[in-house]
Amino acid sequence: MKSILKPLLMIVAMALGMTAAATLPARALVELNVNKGNVEPLPIAITDFQGGDALGAEISGIVSADLKRSGLFAPIDKSAFIEKIANPDATPRFEDWKVINAQALVTGSVSKEADGRVRAQYRLWDTFAGQQMSGEQFFANDANTRRVAHIIADAIYERLTGEKGYFDTRIVFVDESGAKNARKKRLAIMDQDGANVRYLSDGRSIVLTPRFSPNRQEITYMSYESGQPKVYLLQIETGQRELVGDFPGMTFAPRFSPDGQKVIMSLLRDDGNSNIFAMDLRSRSTTRLTNSTAIDTSPSYSPDGSKVVFTSDRGGRAQIYVMGADGSGQTRISFGDGVYSTPVWSPRGDLIAFTKQTAGEFQIGVMRVDGSGERILSTGFQQEGPTWAPNGRVLMFFRDSAGGPKLVSVDLTGRNEQSIPTANFASDPAWSPLLE
Amino acid sequence: MGRIAALTKNPVMIALVALLAIAGCASKKTPNSAADLGLSGAGAATPGSAQDFTVNIGDRIFFDTDSSAIRADAQTTLSRQAQWLNQYRQYAIVIEGHADERGTREYNLALGARRAAATRDFLVARGVSAQRLKTISYGKERPVAVCDDISCWSQNRRAVTTLGGAGS
Repeated sequence: MKSILKPLLMIVAMALGMTAAATLPARALVELNVNKGNVEPLPIAITDFQGGDALGAEISGIVSADLKRSGLFAPIDKSAFIEKIANPDATPRFEDWKVINAQALVTGSVSKEADGRVRAQYRLWDTFAGQQMSGEQFFANDANTRRVAHIIADAIYERLTGEKGYFDTRIVFVDESGAKNARKKRLAIMDQDGANVRYLSDGRSIVLTPRFSPNRQEITYMSYESGQPKVYLLQIETGQRELVGDFPGMTFAPRFSPDGQKVIMSLLRDDGNSNIFAMDLRSRSTTRLTNSTAIDTSPSYSPDGSKVVFTSDRGGRAQIYVMGADGSGQTRISFGDGVYSTPVWSPRGDLIAFTKQTAGEFQIGVMRVDGSGERILSTGFQQEGPTWAPNGRVLMFFRDSAGGPKLVSVDLTGRNEQSIPTANFASDPAWSPLLE
Repeated sequence: MGRIAALTKNPVMIALVALLAIAGCASKKTPNSAADLGLSGAGAATPGSAQDFTVNIGDRIFFDTDSSAIRADAQTTLSRQAQWLNQYRQYAIVIEGHADERGTREYNLALGARRAAATRDFLVARGVSAQRLKTISYGKERPVAVCDDISCWSQNRRAVTTLGGAGS
C-alpha cells in the first residue's frame, strides 16, 4: 500500500496589512451580540471578489458559506444586488445596499503576484452607518486559496460579533467505509467545511479517537496496528508515528494537555478495569491519576491545565467527574437522569460538553464545570462524541443514521444544526485550534 | 495487524457470523447463509479441531446491557470451554470482548475489556492456564449482528474465545 501521508501545509506566511483607506471615527456600527438568547441572522451582502477569473467568485462563495453555516449571518442572494461593484476599493453606493436590507457589505479583490502567490483583500462596510468597518489583505501560495477565504470569513465574523472566528481550522476524524460488521476505518483530515480531505492511515488497522495537539502539527489516536490497541502520536506533515508509552495492556482515550507536553489516557488494568494516566512526552514519565476498580476514561483537561474532567462508572453507571490535574479531589458533577460520557472541556473554560444516554436516546449537551446548568443541544437515536470549535461556540459530533455515522455541528443555542459533508461515513471528529 | 482480515477469511468464523445473523436478526434479510457458503451443519467436526470448539462447544457468551457479569447460561458455556481447552492444550487462546452500539466508543472499549477479563478469569478458575490466555477489546467496533434493535444488540454484547492465538 502506498503511503497516504503527504505534506499538508504548503502554506505559509500571510502578511496582514490594513488598507490605505482610513476608517471614520467610530459610530454606532452594526454588530451582533452573540450572547443574546435568540440571534436573528444578520443580512449581509458578499459580492464576488474582483479579478483572478473564477477565483474571485470562489473566494466570496467560501466566505459566504462559512458565515451562513455559523447561523449568525444571512447572506443575501446575489441576484438581489443593485449596485455592480466595479472598484472594490471605492466607497459603494450605500443606498443601493440599504434598500435590499444588507446591513453589512463585503467587497474584495484577488490577484496573482509575480512570485506566484495569491493576494486577496477585502473591505467590510456598514451600509447604514455609511462607512468602512475593516479592510485587510492576505497572501498565500496558490494551493491555499480556500484558506485565504476562511481567514477573511474569520476576520468578518470577528469584526461583527466580537468573538474569534473558527473557519480557518481543520477536523481530524475517522473515515468509515464498508459493511457495518467489517468497517474499514481510516484516519482523515479535512478543512472544517469538509473540503481538502486527506487520508492519514491506510485502513488496514482499526483506528479511533484522533485528537489534535495544540501545536496543530500532531495528533494522538488509538490504533490496533500492533494487535493490541494502543495510543500513538502522528506527525501530520511527515507521517512519523510513535507509540505513546510502554504499557502492558490496552491504552486508549488519549488527549493532549493544553501545553502539548503531555498525553492523558486510559490504561487497562489486569483486573479488567481502566484507570487514567498522564505521560510527559519529554521525560516519558507517567503519572497515575486514578486508581479505582471501575472504568475511568475519556479524560479531558481544562484549558488552563489545572483540572481534568473524565467519565467513571465507580458509582454504578457512567457519570462525569472532575479532578485536579494531579488526581486530587475527584468529584462527581453529573446528576441528571441518565448515563453520561465523553466529557470535553470548552476551550473557553466555561462549559463541559458531553454525551448523555437517557430514555433510549443519545443527547449532546453542555453543563457548567460544577455540573449545574445542563442544557441539551441535540437529541437522536445514536449520536456521541462532541468536540469544540476553538472559539467555544460550536460543537461537532457524530450521528449514526441511514447505515452509518456522519458528522454534524450544532451551536450553543441548539438551534443551528448543520451536517458536515463527507464522502464516506465519518466519526470521532476533533476540531483543530485556529491555524496560524 | 491484519487480525480482523485473518479472522474473517476463516471459513468457520464466516459460517458462525452468518448463523448468528440468521438467529439474531430473523426479520432482516442477510445475504449469506451457511448453505450459501457450502458448509455442512454442526456435529461433523473433528474432535479437538477449532471447528469442533466453535460448533460443538460454543465459542461465545453473551452479557446483559452495560454488564460484565458472567450469566448462568454463560457459565455453562464457559465450563464446557474450560473442559475442552484443558483437554486440547495445544491452543493459545485470545478472548475478544465486545460491546453493543448503545454506549459511547471509549466507554465501550473499556467495557469490552472488562468482559474479556471476566471471561478469562472464569476460565482460569476452571483450570485453564493463564499463560495460554490473552484478551483484547474491540469495544463496539466489530458487531456480528447489524440491525438497529435489541435482537442484534444482545448478540453483540459478547466475549468470543478464539483459538490459535492469531495476531499474538
